[in-house]
This record gives sequence, structure tokens and C-alpha cells, in this order.
Amino acid sequence: MRANKAFLIIAHRLAILAYIAFALFPLFWLLKVAVTPNDLLYSEGIRLWPSRASLEHFDFVLRHSAFPVFFRNSLIVSGSTAVIVTILASLSGYALSRFRFRGKYWLVTLMLLTQMFPLVMLVAPIFKILSPLGLTNSLTGLVVVYTAFNVPFATFLMQSFFDGIPKDLEEAAMIDGATQFVAFRQIILPLTLPGIAATLGFVFTAAWSELLFSLMLISGNAQATFPVGLLSFVSKFSVDFGQMMAAGVLALIPACLFFLLIQRYLVQGLTAGAVKG
Amino acid sequence: MASIDIANIKKSYGTHPVLHDVDLKISDGEFVVLVGPSGCGKSTLLRMIAGLESVTGGEIRIAGRRVNDLAPKDRDIAMVFQSYALYPHMSVAKNMSYSLRLRKTAKDRIATVVAGAAAKLGLDPLLERRPRALSGGQRQRVAMGRAIVRQPKAFLFDEPLSNLDARLREQMRAEIKKLHKDLGATSIYVTHDQIEAMTLADRIVAMNGGVVQQVGSPLDLYDRPANLFVAGFIGSPGMNFFEGNYQAGEVQRFEMEDGNSIPLDAPPLSNNARVTLGIRPEHVVLAGHGPETLLATVDLVEPTGFGIILHLSLGGASFKAFTNDRSFLTASGTIPVRFPAHYLHFFDAEGRRV
Repeated sequence: MRANKAFLIIAHRLAILAYIAFALFPLFWLLKVAVTPNDLLYSEGIRLWPSRASLEHFDFVLRHSAFPVFFRNSLIVSGSTAVIVTILASLSGYALSRFRFRGKYWLVTLMLLTQMFPLVMLVAPIFKILSPLGLTNSLTGLVVVYTAFNVPFATFLMQSFFDGIPKDLEEAAMIDGATQFVAFRQIILPLTLPGIAATLGFVFTAAWSELLFSLMLISGNAQATFPVGLLSFVSKFSVDFGQMMAAGVLALIPACLFFLLIQRYLVQGLTAGAVKG
Repeated sequence: MASIDIANIKKSYGTHPVLHDVDLKISDGEFVVLVGPSGCGKSTLLRMIAGLESVTGGEIRIAGRRVNDLAPKDRDIAMVFQSYALYPHMSVAKNMSYSLRLRKTAKDRIATVVAGAAAKLGLDPLLERRPRALSGGQRQRVAMGRAIVRQPKAFLFDEPLSNLDARLREQMRAEIKKLHKDLGATSIYVTHDQIEAMTLADRIVAMNGGVVQQVGSPLDLYDRPANLFVAGFIGSPGMNFFEGNYQAGEVQRFEMEDGNSIPLDAPPLSNNARVTLGIRPEHVVLAGHGPETLLATVDLVEPTGFGIILHLSLGGASFKAFTNDRSFLTASGTIPVRFPAHYLHFFDAEGRRV
């Protein structure tokens, strides 16, 4: 009986381990190629770790490529998008959760509708709209487009978090002497921090890895975000895998840092409402 | 403290009316309980007084001032919610002082008031805790504390004890009553529990279907219910009802449907009028002989410890009797019962008291 139980535990742990290895293997490969010197990349065949590791690719990417510019651009675009979308989605999500107003049904339907179109279809019209406004080849243009595409989903996300907060709380605050907005800011928002963190994280990563629009709307290295920048490592005659992977590893850092920062709230958010509290 | 006047209040959601012309004057310092089954409109009425629901028609005045269109924060009332509605991210002290902080009360004044309220409610050792680290009864106390620190014009209670277990509910009921005695604050209390209504109220407002059925002191409603609804709702176990006819004549009688009849003193009824007779279980006399004695069959004996509830039947009609006499624990077969005339209630075909 006891042996059986131990076996089950071991099998369980092994299954988890296998899954983690499977999920993280591409990341590992990214790192492995990034530290493999060029002369060993093709000569050593498939090995889990090169016989000689070096940081030369990182050095090159940071000092001799346009990567720092891409990185900065991405940080600006993703950060602004995440913040703007989260603010807008908090307000609209709260409205959808708490207020009854005319046209609410149609508004929600319309927001859902925007999520149904393949983005590729919209690239040309959006380019046509942004071009006379001078918003092509500009980071602001990207932020506007990303914000527009992320607000509907983020709104639904925030709405579900607000729905989980009892209405009694803001009613109590309003009787205690708060206006609806003060009740929202002082009582409801602090309780929605997990939701805000989840929305921030979701939008940030979505914008961080977006390729299609930045490829179409941005020309030239000065305004390119990092996913577009990665393509510049693909030249006419060769692909510089080592440098590309090194850039990829570097690009992972802010995303990881960001999630590390919000992870406390994120875990709360994903499990919120699971237990009566 | 203040009086509250409610005049011709109406409320409807779309075309669906939930309150019909409610009129109520609550005087300064009075403890009024709104009681009725769920969906009778009592909570809606309370929330309208608080400003959490809009007013469809009529007028609400607090201390003489019309508040129909005033935001909740400007009405100077405090409310205790069924769910307690404590702010989860604030400590007990912060919960209690929130309203004062919103009003920019001086810090030392806040500290004094909160300490006073905490002492009154036995919350001193808990002031730094978060609500989630409190038991149900403690949360309830914090909710009360939050209400009393402000010294508002009136207290509103929305079924504040419904989430507590029976023993705690009894204890908190007594504390609320004591608190009201100390503070003398105008209070409106909503409950579906008629025991809470009976024990707490200066005056009870019994409601059903969005209409006020009767307003009066607890014993008024108990002894002289205005209609069948109030008679059935107030009291536990509830009042017994028998359908039948009133027979005038030399000896006035109430004739039940199964042919049993009891003699009675004359209520102002016309001959052969269809009436409902009501009698409370504790008023049924379980003994007797002579013409007014009936033979009832014992269906079930329920000992409650405090007394015994007998489930009896008379012809086709079943009814209950309450007694403290333990010899009835073994009652079976048929026993004599008597309905003393001065304990009888009569209701006409529309359910109104006659």
C-alpha cells in the first residue's frame, strides 16, 4: 500500500518534470545557440551544450548592432500600450460590470465583433488610415494600433474581475461618504490589483511579441521594435543564428522581470474567487 | 438623530411595481423593524432610504429635509449590510475610521472615537487585524462599529444577523438592542425573522407584496393582527386557521367545514358569513368538557425542551397546540380541546380582521 503510494508520487513528479522539460526546451535551445561560438555551431552536430561557450554574440549584439534601439523602442511601445490599455480597460470594465445604460448590449456585441477579424485583413486599411495622419513609421502609431486591438479583450478581462467584487463594498463606501468614483478608486481598485496585474502582463507580452503590424507600419531601423529587429539578423546569404538567439535571450529579460514583479498578484488573480474568503 | 418621513413611496423596475404607496413616519430615536417574506419590498424600501435605489414616486424626508435626489454620502446615515461589506484590504481600525477619514476629521479625534467604539463592542484586541482574520460575529461587530463611529442621523440595518449561527444571532440581537438603548439612535431594521422583529422593535412594519400590511407595536401585531397575512406571519409556531361559517341565532356558533362547531361571543358578522377563525397554538386549551369541547386526534408530538408542540387534527383540519405540560409527551388517540372565545381571531373573506 505504502509502496504503491510512493510510486504514484514519483510518477506524478516525473510527469511534471517531463512537462516542464518539454515546455522549456525551446528556451534552453535559445540559450544554447546564443552561447555557441560560430565555428562550433555547425561543426559539432546536435549536442546539448557546446564544448566551448562564449558570450561573443551578446557582446556583438549589444555593442555593434542596432539591437539596443529595437529594445528601447519595444520597451516604450509595450510599456505605454500596457499602461494605457489597462487604464482604459479598468474604467470600461467597471462600467460594464456596474452600470446599466442604453446600448450596453450593442456595445458589448461590437467589442466582441472586433475580435473576430483576422488581423491580416486589417493591415492595409489601417496603413491607409494612419498614413495621412503621419502615424506610420512612428512608435505612437504602433501604440495607438496595439491599444485599439487590446482594449476589448482587456475590458472583458477587467469586467470579470470587477464582477467578482461584491457590490455591497462600494455601496458601503458610498454610505460612508464616498462618491462613486472615490469608492472605485479607494475600495474597488485596490481589490482588483490582481486583475490589473494580469491585464498589464497580458497586454505587455502581446505588444512585446507583435510582429505583423510593426513589420507593416515601420520601415527603417530607427523605429523598429525588437521582433522586426530580429529579422535584420537574416541577411540575403545567411542567417546569423548566434546573434539572433543572443538578442532573443536579451529580449526575454524584461518580460521575465515584468512577470516576476507582478507574479504575486497574478497568482492571486488566477485563483481569486476560488475560495470563499 | 432625526425623524424619517416616508410619504407615498412607490418603486417599480420598468413596468414591474415592487412598492405601492408606502407611508411611514419614524420618530426620533425610534427602532422600527420592517418585516416580511423575501421579495416583499422591505430591503428595497431600506435601500431607497439609504439612497442606493432611486425613488419612482413619493417623498423621503430625513430630519425634515427631502432626500429623494441626494447621494447616499449626503444623507448622513449609516448602514449595516447582511454581508458586512467590510473593506478586505483595510484593518479593523481603518474600516471603522474610513468614513471619518473621508470627512477629513482630525487624526486624534478619529483615534478617540474609534477607540471608544472598539471598547463598546469589545474589538480592542482586533483593531490591527484584517477582516479575513475575523470570525463571523467579530465581522458583524466591526460592521456595527463602522456605523456608530459617525454618529449619523439614522442607522439602517439590512438583515444584519442572517449570516450568523443561531446562538450568535441571539447574542448579537441582544447587543443591538442594548446599543440602541445606549445611543438612542433612530434605527430602521430589515429582517425576515419575526423573532428579531418582535424582540427588537419599538414598532413593527409588516410588509407583503410591496404593501404595508400593518404598523404597530410588537404585541399589537401579535394580539390584534390586522389581517390573515400578519396573523400567519407573526408568531412561531404560527397561528392556526379554520375555514367555516358564522351562524347567528340564540347561541352564536362557528361552524367548521367538517361539521364541528364551537359556540362563541358575537363578533359583528352577518348570519352565515364565511369567515376564517384563528387561534394561536399556546391559546388552545387541552382539556375540558361541555358543549364547547371538541375531540382532536393527536398526529404528532414534538418536544422542544421548552415545551411541547402537539400536531392535532379536527375532522379534515390540522392545527397545532403548544403546552408546557409534559404529561402530553405520551399523548395519543383523541384528546379534548377547547378554543377560549376571548382568544379567537376572525377574518372575513378578504382576509381582514373583524
